[in-house]
Amino acid sequence: MTQTLLEIRDLHKRYGAVEVLKGVDCTMAQGEVISIIGSSGSGKTTMLRCINMLEEFQGGSIRIDGQEIGYETVGGVRKRKKEKEIARQRAMTGMAFQQFNLFPHMTAAKNIMLGLMKVRGMGRDEARSVAEKWLDRVGLLSRIDHYPGQLSGGQQQRVAIARAIAMNPKLMLFDEVTSALDPELVNEVLQVIKGLAEDGMSMLLVTHEMRFAYEVSTRVIFMNQGRIAEEGNPKDMFVKPQTERLAEFLKSSSFN
Amino acid sequence: MDIPAFLDQLWLARIPLLKGLGVSISISFLSILVGTVLGVFVGLALTYGYRPVQWIVRGYTDFIRGTPVLVLVLASYYVLSTIGIDLGPFQAGILALSIFCSSHVGELVRGALQAIPKGQTEAAKAIGLTFPQTFVYVLGPQALRQALPAWVNTAAEMVKASTLLSIIGVAELLLRTQELISRTFMSLEFYFFAGFLYFVINYSIERFGRYVERKTAVPS
Repeated sequence: MTQTLLEIRDLHKRYGAVEVLKGVDCTMAQGEVISIIGSSGSGKTTMLRCINMLEEFQGGSIRIDGQEIGYETVGGVRKRKKEKEIARQRAMTGMAFQQFNLFPHMTAAKNIMLGLMKVRGMGRDEARSVAEKWLDRVGLLSRIDHYPGQLSGGQQQRVAIARAIAMNPKLMLFDEVTSALDPELVNEVLQVIKGLAEDGMSMLLVTHEMRFAYEVSTRVIFMNQGRIAEEGNPKDMFVKPQTERLAEFLKSSSFN
Repeated sequence: MDIPAFLDQLWLARIPLLKGLGVSISISFLSILVGTVLGVFVGLALTYGYRPVQWIVRGYTDFIRGTPVLVLVLASYYVLSTIGIDLGPFQAGILALSIFCSSHVGELVRGALQAIPKGQTEAAKAIGLTFPQTFVYVLGPQALRQALPAWVNTAAEMVKASTLLSIIGVAELLLRTQELISRTFMSLEFYFFAGFLYFVINYSIERFGRYVERKTAVPS
């Protein structure tokens, strides 16, 4: 087994009285591509968002490359790390969102360059050439000076992925990145992700694209009611699910 | 209407009228400037402040916005002197208008910031930006575009509100005009003329706002 990249231990998350994550354990090695599937409300997106502290969590721990994310325990008291430290830790992961969330007042190039210059400390020219490299990679070099409003949904999502990946993260998080796209635009985004997987990028994908999860993942996690209900390699999971809940879920989803 | 006689009087009174116009413009400019700077902080406090800070600032804006500007002007001139703060009419007027302006700008800024989708902050966080960086590069520029049209409106309101300073004896355009009318009895002509000057100021502000809007528009 290669080096451990991500280690989640007994993750608990509550919104008020409602517990949405009821103790999640998950270990991920460098270079793995894990798809997280499950019905809405199962906690899969919440789990993803805890990994880069877009959500607070009340119990358990998350480690990336051995570093404890978000919280530290000093003298038996668990407290949130300093905002600056959390920002630094967030830069270890990259994230692509369902709604793209490109900065609308910046061109594709500027969207990518912002983090490179302000977080990675690159100069303008260096940042620009990194932006060019990644836009070329997602097939949008010709759109480098376009604003998000001038791009289609699929193109926006590809720029958003380029923005995240250009930061050279250890781990990429994809949160239902094709859910807001017109059906004919889904494929171009999936192709980009597939290419990254082939490059050996470590990735966690929350997705409803069962066919894609089946093809691209090294492992699949099925979540149900705030817990991991079943996990394994895609073949076993999709072909002969062990739990009734997963079998039911697969039957109702697009995969067949 | 005796046009030649009016032009004659207008020429004779050109210096005081120009001075009045200058004072009106200074009052408006200063109170818009101070009010906007204060207002940005008010807006930030309303949006991102800790709860107690939010409550205090919310009380401030609600109180100011619910008070007639004239009352604010009179209060800062007459009431402040009773507690030992002696401001001249000009300073007192600027203070009142700035405070009035800040509460309006504060609401504009709050509204503009809250209208930005949450995903923007999340995307900025996700690439590792700190909050100050997120504000400067991501939220601020978007809020600015959002708030600009309403801000131009507020600026024009401030120009109109500057006339209220005539009540406490600031020799701005309206007071100069009234003095002139009491001497010449040409009320219609000179009120018209003053009205025209106010229109020119406000129209310029509006054109300037449009120009900035066009310059900063995001292509789509």
